[in-house]
Amino acid sequence: MSFGILAFSVYLPRLRLSRRAIAEANSWFNPALKSQAKGERAVCNWDEDVVTMAVEAARDALLERDRSSIAAVRFASTTFPFLDRLHAGIVSEALTLEQDISAQDVAASQRAATSTLASTLAGKEETLIVAAEQRRARSASPMEMTAGDGAAAILVGAGKPVARLLASASRTADFVDHYRSLDMPYDYQWEERWVRDAGYNEIVPPVINQCLEKAGRKAGDVKHFCMPVAIPRVANSTAKIAGIPETAVRDNFHAVCGETGVAHPLLMLVATLEEAKPGELILLIGFGQGADALLLEVTDVIQHHPKRLGMRGHLKRRKEVTNYVKFLAFNDAIELERGMRAEADKLTPLSALWRNRETVTSFIGGCCKKCGTLQFPRTNICVNPNCNAVHTQEPYPFADQIGRINSFTADRLTYSPDPPACYGMIQFEVGGRVMIDFTDVDADILAVGQPMRMMFRIKDIDSQRGFRRYFWKAAPVETK
Amino acid sequence: MARGIKDKVVILGMGCSKFGERWDMDADDLMLEAYEEALRDSGIETRQIDAAWLATAIAEQHVGNSGVPLAQALRLPFIPVTRVENYCASGTEAFRGAVYAVASGAADIALALGVEKLKDTGYGGLPQRTRGVLNNMVWPNLSAPGSFAQLAAAYAAKHGVDIKDLKRAMAHISVKSHDNGSRNPKAHLRNKITIDTVLNAPVIAEPLGLYDCCGVSDGAACAIVTTPEIAKGLGKNEIIAVKALQLSVSNGLEAQHNSWDGSYFATTRIASRRAYQEAGIERPREEIDLIEVHDCFSVTELVTLEDLHISLEGRGIHDVLDGFYDAAGSVPCQIDGGLKCFGHPIGASGLRMIYEIYLQISGKAGERQRKELPRLGLTHNLGGFPHQNVCSISIIGRYES
Repeated sequence: MSFGILAFSVYLPRLRLSRRAIAEANSWFNPALKSQAKGERAVCNWDEDVVTMAVEAARDALLERDRSSIAAVRFASTTFPFLDRLHAGIVSEALTLEQDISAQDVAASQRAATSTLASTLAGKEETLIVAAEQRRARSASPMEMTAGDGAAAILVGAGKPVARLLASASRTADFVDHYRSLDMPYDYQWEERWVRDAGYNEIVPPVINQCLEKAGRKAGDVKHFCMPVAIPRVANSTAKIAGIPETAVRDNFHAVCGETGVAHPLLMLVATLEEAKPGELILLIGFGQGADALLLEVTDVIQHHPKRLGMRGHLKRRKEVTNYVKFLAFNDAIELERGMRAEADKLTPLSALWRNRETVTSFIGGCCKKCGTLQFPRTNICVNPNCNAVHTQEPYPFADQIGRINSFTADRLTYSPDPPACYGMIQFEVGGRVMIDFTDVDADILAVGQPMRMMFRIKDIDSQRGFRRYFWKAAPVETK
Repeated sequence: MARGIKDKVVILGMGCSKFGERWDMDADDLMLEAYEEALRDSGIETRQIDAAWLATAIAEQHVGNSGVPLAQALRLPFIPVTRVENYCASGTEAFRGAVYAVASGAADIALALGVEKLKDTGYGGLPQRTRGVLNNMVWPNLSAPGSFAQLAAAYAAKHGVDIKDLKRAMAHISVKSHDNGSRNPKAHLRNKITIDTVLNAPVIAEPLGLYDCCGVSDGAACAIVTTPEIAKGLGKNEIIAVKALQLSVSNGLEAQHNSWDGSYFATTRIASRRAYQEAGIERPREEIDLIEVHDCFSVTELVTLEDLHISLEGRGIHDVLDGFYDAAGSVPCQIDGGLKCFGHPIGASGLRMIYEIYLQISGKAGERQRKELPRLGLTHNLGGFPHQNVCSISIIGRYES
């Protein structure tokens, strides 16, 4: 048994906003944006946030794994929706992890995820690390172009790791290249050239050297250099200063998804692991008020790591968005007339949410132990008319079950932040059914029999009380 | 089976307000408008009523809870008044309460009144409202058209019907109801439309367009019921009796059990069979002269015709297109315009259906009167969603001692 990375994946929202659309909408004000009008960035659907993305990244990473051995969850982000509510707790419940686990949110720095990964890899507990980011940016700002929404999940523990930590090093410095305060929803950024010269190029190389020294390896041994930085060519210049071959510098996915903040180092690590070969060295960097460097060695196990959607699959699972106003509306950056139907009270009785957490957050239904009928939600009396046994239902998780559309509609009357509201009856292949919202779906593909999978999403946003509730929705199964 | 209600209770009088956007009327005014007509029709005075039932489905939008609003609006003399709510089938629920009270002997004369004042919502369609604590957390934010629209997808898939053919039959249903509504002075919508109007209308919830949906109206309807003996004693000659009253309520089977395929109403099939048995009807297609069904949406009417065992399953489209249910057809459906055009003030709707059957059997339906006086009529009042609903069936006919 050795300790290291046991499983990994990412999650990218399906929507990709074309940068040309951003430039075209804003170039009347800032014509320079046209020079950046290439590629696309991942953007959350209206019902996604860092919590839902983290859950989906973890589900993909943990595919077909027993989750009962996980002892801790660490969730890194700087864009948590709540200031005081444990997001790692929501993730843990959505993933139906054991109740006696420890859970922590880590925030406030772009290297929250790498610092967490380094300390976790130096520990001995089986820990799920999730990192997710959904940064808001002002219209026509550089960050609107460079940022992307996304998440990554890494399972660390004892067993047969796909990669082991050889050494890590850190340096802390109150270098404020950008900041976001409680009073402002947007980042305030300083000049890029200064950030490059006085920040990345001065702070990162010494940390790299220290890390390599600890491991007794040379810069030339590094096969994959994962340095998450949105400013072009900075990773190359830092690599050069540190003596790392330029061929080792990994793509930062600017063209296809944008820089996903705290999640980005892990996202780049996952993408690297998807391609890496046994024995190769990966140098992972986190930068933010200092820097982290982690030197990882890929093991033989990587060859047997089961296939999953991962970075490759998520990059393929895409839908281009060219409607810039829709992106602004999803991010509450413009005030739409949503109509009186949107005024319906979305109060969540917290006591009822707690009582029904298995149904709502974990998507657990019932299996009648007398007749075997699966049903959602779990109830006192079995729904099978030939059974109707009382108190016979055992918990049955539906989250990973595939269902087929039994009936559907695309509703233009009811309020939805992204009309039409698509929903319908899903019949699970294993049995059981649920009338449920659809998401990440285009109305024209809906058909009876269409296979759907379940995804953890925002159900409703209670803007009156600053609360959001989560539930599960059905999304089309990706066609191979 | 229980002995049933057949011929135990008769209708002494009925009334119905004009339905529509009654901007100048409160619920009290609508209640009185319907009640005055019923009182005149019955020939009794208010003090002769022993008990009353009030139906409102969305009381929080107008009168609020309890039986007080009815007692107050009509100044009922401190008699028992019960407010009932059972989704859009609330009206028939009030009728059931009054009829059962008379049948039990607890009341000699009882009143059932349904009212809804919906046009204070501020927007078209039904008001957005809570579905219950847990339902709010897991249900889609489904609208009425969105839930009923799903019948079309499931029906087309089950019977291998092209959605275009289904939509044409649905359009025929709406055109027919507008045609009928044009001859009804109390109807909310009295304009005639064409198939093309229906097919080219904006989509509300796929595949339902604007003209596949009924209107939302203000209105009230009421019935005064008594025993056959009392009716005769009051000098009534042409006595119209209750032949059957059945209610079937989903128990979660459709929503949770895979035995339901989404293309029909499980409750309607059950309630109508029970009603035929209660009324002693063996061949509904031949014996029933007239039906008023809960046509909240064209597709609801279509599948209901089959669920009532009048059209064979999968054959509803053909009967509709053949004119079987037209005003001049074999079994007219919605000869008054139905929910589609008479209007749908929820609490009043079930009573409005019975009102139409009552008028037609009495020969008092004016311009829209069937030439040959109907003998037996059926009302179908449905509330909720296809996957969980309440279905009330009543059969009304000439009293036979």
